[in-house]
Amino acid sequence: MTAPNILILGIGNLLWADEGFGVRCVELLNERYRFPDGVRLMDGGTQGIYLVQHVQQADCLIVFDAVDYGLAPGTLKIVRDDEVPRFMGAKRMSLHQTGFQDVLALAAFSGAYPRELLLIGVQPEELEDFGGSLREPVRAQLEPALRVALEFLAERGVVAAARDGDAERLAPAPLALGRYEAGRPAEELAYRHGDIRFIPQQPLEDD
Amino acid sequence: MSSLPNASQLDKSGRRIVVDPVTRIEGHMRCEVNVDASNVITNAVSTGTMWRGLEVILKGRDPRDAWAFVERICGVCTGTHALTSVRAVEDALDIRIPYNAHLIRNLMDKTLQVHDHIVHFYHLHALDWVNPVNALKADPKATSALQQAVSPAHAKSSPGYFRDVQTRLKKFVESGQLGLFSNGYWDNPAYKLPPEADLMAVAHYLEALDLQKDIVKIHTIFGGKNPHPNYMVGGVACAINLDDVGAAGAPVNMTSLNFVLERIHEAREFTRNVYLPDVLAVAGIYKDWLYGGGLAAHNLLSYGTFTKVPYDKSSDLLPAGAIVGGNWDEVLPVDVRDPEEIQEFVSHSWYSYADETKGLHPWDGVTEPKFELGPNTKGSRTHIQEIDEAHKYSWIKAPRWRGHAMEVGPLARYIIAYASGREYVKEQVDRSLAAFNQSTGLNLGLKQFLPSTLGRTLARALECELAVDSMLDDWQALVGNIKAGDRATANVEKWDPSTWPKEAKGVGINEAPRGALGHWIRIKDGKIENYQAIVPTTWNGTPRDHLGNIGAYEAALLNTRMERPDEPVEILRTLHSFDPCLACSTHVMSPDGQELTRVKVR
Repeated sequence: MTAPNILILGIGNLLWADEGFGVRCVELLNERYRFPDGVRLMDGGTQGIYLVQHVQQADCLIVFDAVDYGLAPGTLKIVRDDEVPRFMGAKRMSLHQTGFQDVLALAAFSGAYPRELLLIGVQPEELEDFGGSLREPVRAQLEPALRVALEFLAERGVVAAARDGDAERLAPAPLALGRYEAGRPAEELAYRHGDIRFIPQQPLEDD
Repeated sequence: MSSLPNASQLDKSGRRIVVDPVTRIEGHMRCEVNVDASNVITNAVSTGTMWRGLEVILKGRDPRDAWAFVERICGVCTGTHALTSVRAVEDALDIRIPYNAHLIRNLMDKTLQVHDHIVHFYHLHALDWVNPVNALKADPKATSALQQAVSPAHAKSSPGYFRDVQTRLKKFVESGQLGLFSNGYWDNPAYKLPPEADLMAVAHYLEALDLQKDIVKIHTIFGGKNPHPNYMVGGVACAINLDDVGAAGAPVNMTSLNFVLERIHEAREFTRNVYLPDVLAVAGIYKDWLYGGGLAAHNLLSYGTFTKVPYDKSSDLLPAGAIVGGNWDEVLPVDVRDPEEIQEFVSHSWYSYADETKGLHPWDGVTEPKFELGPNTKGSRTHIQEIDEAHKYSWIKAPRWRGHAMEVGPLARYIIAYASGREYVKEQVDRSLAAFNQSTGLNLGLKQFLPSTLGRTLARALECELAVDSMLDDWQALVGNIKAGDRATANVEKWDPSTWPKEAKGVGINEAPRGALGHWIRIKDGKIENYQAIVPTTWNGTPRDHLGNIGAYEAALLNTRMERPDEPVEILRTLHSFDPCLACSTHVMSPDGQELTRVKVR
């Protein structure tokens, strides 16, 4: 059997707290494992339609992301194949996902669409914390999310080997989880919130 | 040329239409307009809901790391922010980069520009002009004849090719499971192309998709990877070794340089044979739609870009300068360090200053949020139906150049370059206008044609041509310099913070695809003390200021006639011509707040 062409993609904006889940998943996978040829790990950030060629090239696409499913924070939800675009396009999705639905649509229109899709999504607790990192319920799903991906790969005969030595990083060192969190300025120096219109922090009289 | 209205002169009496996003990505935008009884826009209000978190997230961090953070601010402008950030740090610490690094940064920056412009036109802006549903009615044979007439040099022009594209389109539209084309107003009379032109454009939409994936590989060669290529204070993050034959991850060698050259040639051919002819063909058919000039007929600003000789701004292929009051005979010098020139005001922005009649230069900038709505707001704080533009109404600050609101972007760069007498640009612009006049039988002058939505879209295409052409020069210079024995790609003399002064300040500038970009930094004890950015969307999407000066988005929408006010095709067309740095869903609300239509800002 020829090696399948698999793309493992983490998407989201790591500067917005739980939005970083997808990127942190591929970061961890990359630190711990070596994958056979044909398997690619990618930190897709919020690149939107610029990711389309990578999706087109993949026979199988695994996406890690923070998805607003309307479930309890930290709930892991797995979606497969034809269901994936629907779950990435609904109104209450996270910040960039309309973009990723377009990526899938463009790939489909161009005639190069992955045979298999797996979306490993976590329900975020907090997005409106600029410069922040993963909240505990979401952080706790990193390991389960990785297990889902590894099992999915194993079912297709793809075995991840433990890495000895340092990996070539997917993202620059200053953005690595530990350093990112340690270097955060204190809240009194740096206001952390987003658009107040959408995040009432206390009950407002006129609402 | 009509004079530019002051905010106090705008007519707010007509029906109010609101276009507002649903999702929340940085750089979100809301737009409200009043239309009169003839559906002509008489007042326009642009509200940016972008919180400027960029500045505060960097406090206390290592200046050498800033580029990696700013690359994550937004999904479109990654490399532009990174480049501008390393320039700001180098300026503060007085670091000069080697010639190879200068050339490689030019190649990476132009790659981004070319990539962004092509993707913007075909995948974000074209659907404001092109109706894919109408393309289903096209005759493939007639489309083939059209293609050969519009661009004889383009190989993909057979009837069979267009039949295949049409079949694929039909299948895609009928499948309906994916919404690429589902949010359009495909029966709106604002769409004017004949079916054959629509089908040709759909084919090029797909061809552009193929092209963009190849050109961007240049970033992988010089920046190690894509997305998110690596940048470095002091130079570039790649090594050069022409004797090396290694594969990915190896130093740049002759094989990879030749690969870069092939990608430049491909992009050049596409720009000449597809992109430019398409823009001119669209302009020819929409020849009567000369709306959208706004501020472009008056005030324009560019920091200058594509510097040929390192650290010599007079060698910029697109020069720096400012034009005020539509006077093309005088291009004024711009100094981004002068505290009197660039200032940000907040009288209509959700920030507070001690004295809001005064502006602050970015080095002295403060970012204190203050969200409050004016007394004439309709709705509530969290569900605004109509904003009160007489009060604070935007998260975007109001940058001004010597007190003037300015348009930035490809059109500003092109008018300034033309007025500065840049021969390459003059030839391009004159050639394009002649072609437009010839195909339409019109006899428009430059000042009638260029300051318009179409002119803005044309300037972007011409800039793409200039960028790919000059990439050939950069490539030749790079190979020549390497063969002459220079392998240096980074200056690391001041890499160690112990070599830095206790306090320093610097500015990095660039012309991003969508306009003038500046990062102003203050460094203290080896850490970032203050960081302020003025991004192009801040200039173009600016709210009003305390004197009532209106910005580029608002000015450009005025006097536009809408076919159907509930379907904001014309609003999107003009806003998209600025290539706003946001990609969001929007919906149109009726005056009573009921959702009428949902549209997608592409």
